Amino acid sequence: MSQKVLLNAKAINIILHRLACQLIEGHHDFSNTVLIGLQPRGVFLASRLAKILSEDYKIKDIKLGLLDITFFRDDFRRSDKPLEANATKINFLVEDKNVVFIDDVLYTGRSIRAALTAIQSFGRPKEIELLTLIDRRFSRHLPIQPNYRGRQVDVINNEKVKVNWMEQDGEDSVYLIEK
Amino acid sequence: MSELSVNHLLGIKYLNKKDIKLIFETADHFKEVINRPIKKVPSLRDITIANLFFENSTRTKLSFELAEKRLSADVLNFSSAQSSVKKGETLIDTVNNILSMKVDMVVMRHPNPGAGVFLSKHVKASIINAGDGAHEHPTQALLDSYSIREKLGEVKGKKIVIVGDILHSRVALSNIFALQLQGAEVMVCGPKTLLPKYIGKLGVKVETDLRKALNWCDVANMLRVQNERMDISYFPSTREYTQQFGVTKALLNSLDKKITIMHPGPINRGVEITSDVADSDQAIILDQVQNGVAVRMAVIYLLASKIKQ
Repeated sequence: MSQKVLLNAKAINIILHRLACQLIEGHHDFSNTVLIGLQPRGVFLASRLAKILSEDYKIKDIKLGLLDITFFRDDFRRSDKPLEANATKINFLVEDKNVVFIDDVLYTGRSIRAALTAIQSFGRPKEIELLTLIDRRFSRHLPIQPNYRGRQVDVINNEKVKVNWMEQDGEDSVYLIEK
Repeated sequence: MSELSVNHLLGIKYLNKKDIKLIFETADHFKEVINRPIKKVPSLRDITIANLFFENSTRTKLSFELAEKRLSADVLNFSSAQSSVKKGETLIDTVNNILSMKVDMVVMRHPNPGAGVFLSKHVKASIINAGDGAHEHPTQALLDSYSIREKLGEVKGKKIVIVGDILHSRVALSNIFALQLQGAEVMVCGPKTLLPKYIGKLGVKVETDLRKALNWCDVANMLRVQNERMDISYFPSTREYTQQFGVTKALLNSLDKKITIMHPGPINRGVEITSDVADSDQAIILDQVQNGVAVRMAVIYLLASKIKQ
């Protein structure tokens, strides 16, 4: 198994600040915007961005929610491994809000499809956008594209993109791993 | 990754500690789901579930049906009162006829103990026991433990007394197994005539004095007097039963500590507990009902994930 560094901590930090600025460009003071981190791996990116927005760019009252899509996936009983659920924490309604989904890697697009259904349980959003740190090209099963992307990468199918976060894995890094 | 160790839920005695933990953790997620503005998830949209009730039920049947619908399963309801069972059809024939309509899972209540186990050996479908005679009622015991866990933080180390008609109660037996598996201490309390002779062999304390039992416990689970299962008189009169084994507000207030009151329903108000106890803040009877849907969703979801396509 060989692995290659795609992004190191410094590069990730620069990208996070750029993404934060792009979000401000589109959402101004975030008064009608909610950020939704997708469980399990999107929540780290979402809370990082929320932290940068509030601490470095002084945006007040950022609404951050965590959405678990397990029960909305389309591979229930189809995958060999049982699906394990995570907590959903959304203590606001998304009715008429601008929603930004945040996830670490966009691959087939199926998680986002599930998230689009799952979020409906919390109201009818005005608009939904997608932000991902890594956008894997040429691998989509569904017509889904990100509005904000950290880095676009070309990865063949037997390779895996692994995003590590300081909070969970002890370092900020993105690796390309050959299976 | 975790999954249940069983393919059917026939009784608590077939489960292990990890299964119960997994069911409760999954139920936590479903409890959040059923408190959303839209309370439904699409997980089981390609699963069909038959609810076979060969015995009367309101709460359990509604709870199962709601749990199935919240998971987007297709639901078939059957009750023996209006069926061919009355014409002499056997249980296996009845169920196989239903299964040939492509049903994946069967929820069954039956007056005969062991009906679920018997069926699981003869038909191809996941079976959930929703009460078999005086034997087991596993989902009730799971939701009872889940409610204790929610109220007191954990079940381990807690003292629970089950009061009333232990002899005819499937809720009592399932509860004893479930509570012991999770490391709780269990006592049964009731008139001697309604305590099975060898109940002590299960490792439970036996008490016939209600005040002593209540002073000992953290939680009292009050069972209903099952008049319909009593072929002979087990106590002289309902009034006498109430005087000795009925919980009143005055009795609760006279205890050293504030205990939690549970009841699996339906309540005979004024018999096993008085109205002011049932409606007090010490009672978690309606929480049990709400948790019942979440726990049943968890059980159905986890068993369904083991049905391979």
